[in-house]
This record gives sequence, C-alpha cells and structure tokens, in this order.
Amino acid sequence: MAKVLMKGNEAVGAAAIEAGCRYFFGYPITPQSELPEYMARELPKVGGVFLQAESEIAAINMVYGAAGAGARVMTSSSSPGISLKQEGISYIAGAELPCLIVNMMRGGPGLGSIQPSQTDYFQATRGGGNGDYRVVVLAPSNVQELVDLIIEGFDIADQYRNPVMILGDGMIGQMMEPVEFKKPKQRELPPKDDWITNGTKGKRKPHIINSLYLAPEELEAHNIKLQEKYRKIRENEVKVESYNIEDADVVIAAYGTTARIVKTAISQLEREGYKVGLIRPITLWPYPYDEFKKINPQCKGILTVEMNTGQMLDDVKIAVEGRFPVYFHGRTGGMVPTPNEIIEKVKRIHGGEM
Amino acid sequence: MAIVFEKTKGLTDVQTHYCPGCTHGIIHRLVAEALEELGVLDKAIGVAPVGCSVLAYKYFNCDMHEAAHGRAPAVATGIKRVLPDNFVFTYQGDGDLASIGTAEIVHAAHRGEKISTIFVNNAIYGMTGGQMAPTTLVGQKATTAPFGRDEAHCGKPIRMSELLATIDGAKFVERVTVISPAHVRKAKKAIKECFKVQIEGKGFGIVEVLSTCPTNWGMTPTEALKWLEENMIPYYPLGNFKRPEGVE
Ligand SMILES: Cc1ncc(C[n+]2csc(CCOP(=O)(O)OP(=O)(O)O)c2C)c(N)n1
Ligand code: SF4
Ligand SMILES: [Mg+2]
Repeated sequence: MAKVLMKGNEAVGAAAIEAGCRYFFGYPITPQSELPEYMARELPKVGGVFLQAESEIAAINMVYGAAGAGARVMTSSSSPGISLKQEGISYIAGAELPCLIVNMMRGGPGLGSIQPSQTDYFQATRGGGNGDYRVVVLAPSNVQELVDLIIEGFDIADQYRNPVMILGDGMIGQMMEPVEFKKPKQRELPPKDDWITNGTKGKRKPHIINSLYLAPEELEAHNIKLQEKYRKIRENEVKVESYNIEDADVVIAAYGTTARIVKTAISQLEREGYKVGLIRPITLWPYPYDEFKKINPQCKGILTVEMNTGQMLDDVKIAVEGRFPVYFHGRTGGMVPTPNEIIEKVKRIHGGEM
Repeated sequence: MAIVFEKTKGLTDVQTHYCPGCTHGIIHRLVAEALEELGVLDKAIGVAPVGCSVLAYKYFNCDMHEAAHGRAPAVATGIKRVLPDNFVFTYQGDGDLASIGTAEIVHAAHRGEKISTIFVNNAIYGMTGGQMAPTTLVGQKATTAPFGRDEAHCGKPIRMSELLATIDGAKFVERVTVISPAHVRKAKKAIKECFKVQIEGKGFGIVEVLSTCPTNWGMTPTEALKWLEENMIPYYPLGNFKRPEGVE
C-alpha cells in the first residue's frame, strides 16, 4: 500500500479501523480531539459505532461493556481524562478484557496545559487505578510507529485479554508524517466465544464478566493468575530500540518524541567525536530492563531525558542496579528539551563534571 | 394436580445472600419471570451494580456483567451498542443510581439508550451498613445522619422517577413497590411493560421499586413493610409517569 500523509491523531483512527476496531467511546479533550472527530466521521462508513459519552468515566465503562460483549473497542483521551478512566481501567484489567486506550499526554498536574508532555508515565506504568494490575504501555516516537503499535496493540490486548495503552504526547498527535498500514506480526489469538456475554441462546451456561472475588482464597488465586499472565507479557512483549550501547561512553535513555530530539543531539555529538548510545523503550511496561545489561561497562553515566521532572528515571535506576551513575534532564509544561541542552549535559557527564 | 407455582428458569438454583425479609429477593424473581415470560432470557445480558445486589450475577440465569458503582448504565450502553438485538438490563440500588451514578443514568435515558433499568430504592445504603442515601427521607436516621436527615444540611431526598420522566429519551417510567401481593402483581406488570419498550425498540425504560431494608432500618420485616407504606409512599408516589404514546 502506498504511503499517505496523515496527522498523528487521525492516523490512530485509520489504524484502528484497519485493525478491525468498530467501536469508539470518548469525550473531547485537547490535544486529541481530532481522533474522536475522525471516528465520528469514519466509523459509520464501515458499520461501526462512534458514541460521545457524557464523561471519560462513562466512556471507559462503555468500553468495559463493549469489550465484555466481544467487540474490538477503544477509547482515547488526554491526561485529565485518563485520570477519570482509571476506575474503569482497573475493572477491565481485573475482569481480563481486551481494549485499547490512547493517551495523548498534556502538561499537569491538574488542568495543567494543553502542551505536549510525558507526565503520565507513573500513572500509565504503575497503575493509576486500584489493585495489583498491569496495562501494556506502548510509546511510539513517530507517526508510522504510532500506526504500527495501534494495529499490534489490538492483537496484544486480545492475545492476553488485557488493556493496552498507547502513551503518546500532544506532539505526536499533532504532527503530520507519511504512513503506511502494514500487517502486524502473526499471532495466535484465542477465541472469545467461551467468555463473552452475548446471550446464552439457550445453548450454554451463562457467562459472567466480573472482578469481584469475596473469598480471600479466590481473590488471591485470581491475582496469582494475573501475575502469571503479566510474567508471560514481560517475557514475550518487550520492545526497545537501542543504538551503540556496547561502545558508548554515555548512554541516553528517552522514549516517545523526546527520543527524536535525543537522536539529533547524538548525531551532533558523534560529529564532534563523542561516543553516545541510546536506549529507547518502546514498551514502557513491560520495561526493557535487560537492555541496560548490554551497556559498555566503562560507560561514564546514563542520562535520562524526559518531558517531565523525572519519572522513567525510576525505571532506569532499577535497570542500572547501581552499575552506573544516572543523571536526568527534563523540561515540563510544554517546554521541550533542546538538542543543545542535551549535548551540554552529555559533555559534562563525559568530562566528569556532574 | 395443576401446577400453581413454579420457580422461574430466570433464576439460578443458588441460594441468595439477602437478609430475611429483604424485598430484593422478590424483585429478583419478578425480573427473572419477566425475562422468561417475554422469551428474552436466552438473549439477555444483565448488568449488576455495586450494592447489596452486587451478587445478582450469581442469581440471574443469563449472561451477566458486573459494573463499577453507579456505572451500570454506561456498561449496558457499551453492550447494547455492540449487540443491538440482545436484551440488556441493569439492576441498581439508590446509592448506585441516584448518587454516584446519576450522570450515567441521566445520560443513558437522555440518549434513549434501548436498555431497561430496575431501580431498587430502599432509602439507604444497605450494603455498606446503613449510611444516608440521596433517597433517605427527611428525619430518617442513618449511620451518617445519626439525628435523622436534616433538610437544611443536605436537602430533600431525590425523586429519580419524576426527574427521569422529564427526559425525552426515557419512554417508560413507573414507580411500584412489592409490599403486598397486589403490589407485587402490579410491579410485575410494570416490569414486563418496561421490558417490552426495549424489545420493541422504543427507547429507555425504568421501573423504580420501593424496597425494604429491615436490617439497616432496624425493624422486623413486617415493621419494615408498614414503615415503607406509611413513610415512603407518601413521598414517592406510586404510579406510571410515562409510557410510549398509544400504549395503555
Ligand atoms: C467507588 C465506590 N465507592 C463506594 C463504594 C462502597 N459502596 C458499596 S455499596 C455502596 C452503597 C450501595 O447502596 P445502594 O446502591 O443503595 O444499594 P443497596 O445496598 O442499598 O441495595 C457503597 C457506597 C464502592 N464499592 N465503590
Ligand atoms: S442490608 Fe438491607 S438491602 Fe441489603 S440484603 Fe439486608 S435487608 Fe436487603
Ligand atoms: Mg439502597
């Protein structure tokens, strides 16, 4: 298929439809409103349903119902709206239903701003809702990757019966880039007929979608089963891009659009003769901890760059296990780290000045 | 010998956990009978609430989906939009529907969502041990209104049927109770009529059932029935508020 030029938010919609998603429940919020607008236009053409809910709480609960009924379904929002969805996400994870949630992050806390940010890393990777549950978190750094991850995200959700979140930022939602719609890697997707609620038709026992287990033994068993599933996801689904880490004197860790700025900085540093590597996690959960084991043992330090005040930083420290000093550079509120800021930090780490 | 009463296929054989004298059980039976008699049990999907009827998913003999507190109408919306030919109902308490879930019920009704809601109003938070509900009567004691509900402090109880009847998308709204055999028969008739509104694709329907909570009201079951009749019915008048045009 030929490449088409698309804005990130609209590309999400096109990719979702390509992946067979026919149901979208959402509530407007900048900077992702082009997506519900696109779905309102395009879903009816393919026999799907777009519904604007009364709130993000209602939207995620509609997703919960639709997923229980067996549909490929999604919702999207931006930071404050994603906060409201946390209750529903916890229930969906607890009841083990597949769905896709898009968060085009904006500045926080509170109403924050409408500028791009990465301030929901903790919320996305550590839960946000109540209970011991995990959401697969995918972080694209360009529009093509956004499209690829949306399409594969639906499959991951179905394979593991688990919510999948696309964690983008306002920048990727707004930027225009050429994309093509490719088939994802072939996966064995389990059938849904043995658990969905679509009426017994008098032919089977009732199905129950539920996250309540009043008996402590039963809830513990359910949690153990969930953890076993999360272990499999950790084992099979880690995605990471890394560059030159076996040889680097300084390694930078960054994800999403921030990683693009980091790449610009690295090219400049290389021209000046510095050896700088990059670890770009594509799955934020499961996190590519093992990748950090491949780093040159003589490396002088790891620099984490984020559009927040240091959130993925925690995972980098966990990954590094004290082998290297870990430094941080971040901007917030819609302020974007510049290549020069990053170059300067790398030089100081290299020169032992930090 | 002629069979005069048989347990409906709409209920499972599980023994319910409801307190002695609690009318949740009667309401379950009526809903289940209506599902069976209207021939929709096999294609029904029920949405259970958070409240004393949280375990309703074990009792109704059809597919069931357990929602978060107050969100049942949104969950039902998601199900019905995917499966428009199935029968989808919610079963909710007054804390669930009239407090934490007011936005969800009002907007499901407002969209004319083709679902049916059974709203069990017992003027109290039963499950959590008798706290004040938005439906608790003025002067009625609750654990969080130890001196009785004070209107100056927290207003009067909310009348959901009256409120929902003002919404165009709500096509059937009726308030009933189950405190006597005659009331039970009327309640069943209302539930069946409400379900037919969905079956015929006419829009949203709700039946509010005034129900007892002897445990948290601190009464015997018979005292509770009497208290409901003397105190709740005057404030929450029984009757039909709305039915589709041309239907009696
Ligand atoms: C988000 C959330 N808040 C509070 C609760 C605690 N809670 C459980 S049931 C309930 C009240 C239920 O009352 P009602 O809907 O009137 O049902 P009843 O038990 O009276 O039938 C509350 C507050 C909860 N489970 N979830
Ligand atoms: S606490 Fe009240 S509402 Fe709940 S089962 Fe007991 S009597 Fe019924
Ligand atoms: Mg109640």
